[in-house]
Amino acid sequence: MGVSIAEERAEAVRLRARFAEAGAENVDCAILQPAETLLDLYGEDIRARAYVTQDPARGEVMLRPDFTVPVVQMHMQSGAAPSRYTYCGEVFRRQEEHPERASEYFQVGYELFADEAPAQADAEVFALFAETLAPFGLRAVTGDIGILTAAVAGLKTSERRRDALMRHIWRPRRFRALLDRYSGRTPPPPARKALLEAQDAMAGAGPMIGMRSEAEIAARIEALRADAAEGPLCDSQVQLIDTLLAVRETCPYALEHLHDIAVDLPGLLPAVERFERRCEALAARGIDVEALEFEASYGRTSMEYYDGFVFGFLAPQRPDLPPVATGGRYDALTARLGQGRAAPAVGGVIRPGLLLQLEGRA
Amino acid sequence: MSIKLGVPSKGRLMEKTFDWFGARGVRLSRTGSEREYSGAVEGVGGVDLVLLSAGEIPRELAAGRLHLGVTGTDLIHEKLVQWDQKVEPLAELGFGQADLIVAVPSCWVDVTTLDDLDAAAAAFRAAHGFRMRIATKYHRLVRDYLRRGGVADYQLVDSQGATEGTVKNLTAEAIADITSTGETLRANHLKVLEEEPVLRSQATLFRSRAARLEDGDRQVLRGLTETLGV
Repeated sequence: MGVSIAEERAEAVRLRARFAEAGAENVDCAILQPAETLLDLYGEDIRARAYVTQDPARGEVMLRPDFTVPVVQMHMQSGAAPSRYTYCGEVFRRQEEHPERASEYFQVGYELFADEAPAQADAEVFALFAETLAPFGLRAVTGDIGILTAAVAGLKTSERRRDALMRHIWRPRRFRALLDRYSGRTPPPPARKALLEAQDAMAGAGPMIGMRSEAEIAARIEALRADAAEGPLCDSQVQLIDTLLAVRETCPYALEHLHDIAVDLPGLLPAVERFERRCEALAARGIDVEALEFEASYGRTSMEYYDGFVFGFLAPQRPDLPPVATGGRYDALTARLGQGRAAPAVGGVIRPGLLLQLEGRA
Repeated sequence: MSIKLGVPSKGRLMEKTFDWFGARGVRLSRTGSEREYSGAVEGVGGVDLVLLSAGEIPRELAAGRLHLGVTGTDLIHEKLVQWDQKVEPLAELGFGQADLIVAVPSCWVDVTTLDDLDAAAAAFRAAHGFRMRIATKYHRLVRDYLRRGGVADYQLVDSQGATEGTVKNLTAEAIADITSTGETLRANHLKVLEEEPVLRSQATLFRSRAARLEDGDRQVLRGLTETLGV
């Protein structure tokens, strides 16, 4: 049952060699990463999932929780020409909620930076993973975060509400709470009503303390007033989002379903067309698209830097294990790390330790 | 062959604990000089009293070096991952009540809920270029609470004392701390969010799930819990 570190490393090296054969350049990166970059990207939550430690000279550093961020940084610094990279090495994850899960394991990755034809790039990465993992009898699931963001961007409501929903795309519960608030399903809290009805909102507020200024408070009250005046988000709009999030079928049916939704939500159409082109590109690479699963909500909780195509490979015989491989498109991440310069990218990782566990069972 | 009972070594918490046990026929006392941390147990045999800091009691219970211990629920939840697998609460002792809460400046008239806090944090980050700072010493509990509440764009800054003063001193925008009456908060122009607190805490008697028990110990423990009626 137990897989030794040496075996895991050997399997990782084998897989990396496969990715190198597919045309990727070998890269590596430091285990100790500056904590600030990751905290800026993911916020405080990452402290619960990664090991943070103190360096006397560099300040807070983090044991790399994955390779994607440092690989993107390296790529952006090197001039951002189209490239393919592969790597393997340990990543470190704190397991506060699940101490039985591995806190140190190998990842083997493949990252493709290509400016053009995103459908082709998506299909290349997925097909490479599908082929590499074919002997293990895994179940593939795909999704597309870009479809949900397109739906939010196309909602008939104020820009402020769309921005707030967009900010919480990766927090499904908060996203739902916002929708319920905007549609009037949840009434505003009593304090909100009192605040908006007050003649002088700042009466009895006491002294101004702290860095958040009176102007900032006034601006928020103004925004709340505008929101109250806007009226509820139409129920049919909420239903469109609900219907969309419930799409869970094989790709051809999902595509058909999404086309139907796009009739009422025209803003969705470009994203649905991207999905369609990806299906064609996948089929051209020999993927059985007719049988490939698509879930519109896939990747929303655990894959926060992905903003387009997402995929995972799961072991159906071992539902207790995390996905054996995951990946997706992360254009926005490259834009944030590239200080405005973007380098459209798609990639994924395999966990060789999990593959060995599956083999042990077979 | 004896079982070890850990009790906070100083102050009101120690006195109230002694009173609670005394009222149930188990007399706890400090022995030796004022400064020596040793104690005696009368009224039941085979129990050793260990006096130590309330903050160390969770760790000692989890390690099985104490069989029983009295400490705050807040400290157990903050310091022990999967605390319920390591200790079992036997009785709430009815004192040391305090809530772990999130408080913001009273002048933030637009912020009363976690939703508001999240919206204010997003705007604050956009305006100031850094994530809104929340001062606390309860990092795990507060982070988990804010994550469940859907708050983003904040950062926790460590504050081991005088946390209520951090906002005025411009080292934090909000705080998360233990409060019982709220007086210190009001004096520092802070208000508690109108939400369920992060945690309601009080002094509690815990049993270690890790401590080894010899046959005789088992009887001693049973005798003690029967005497205490827990």
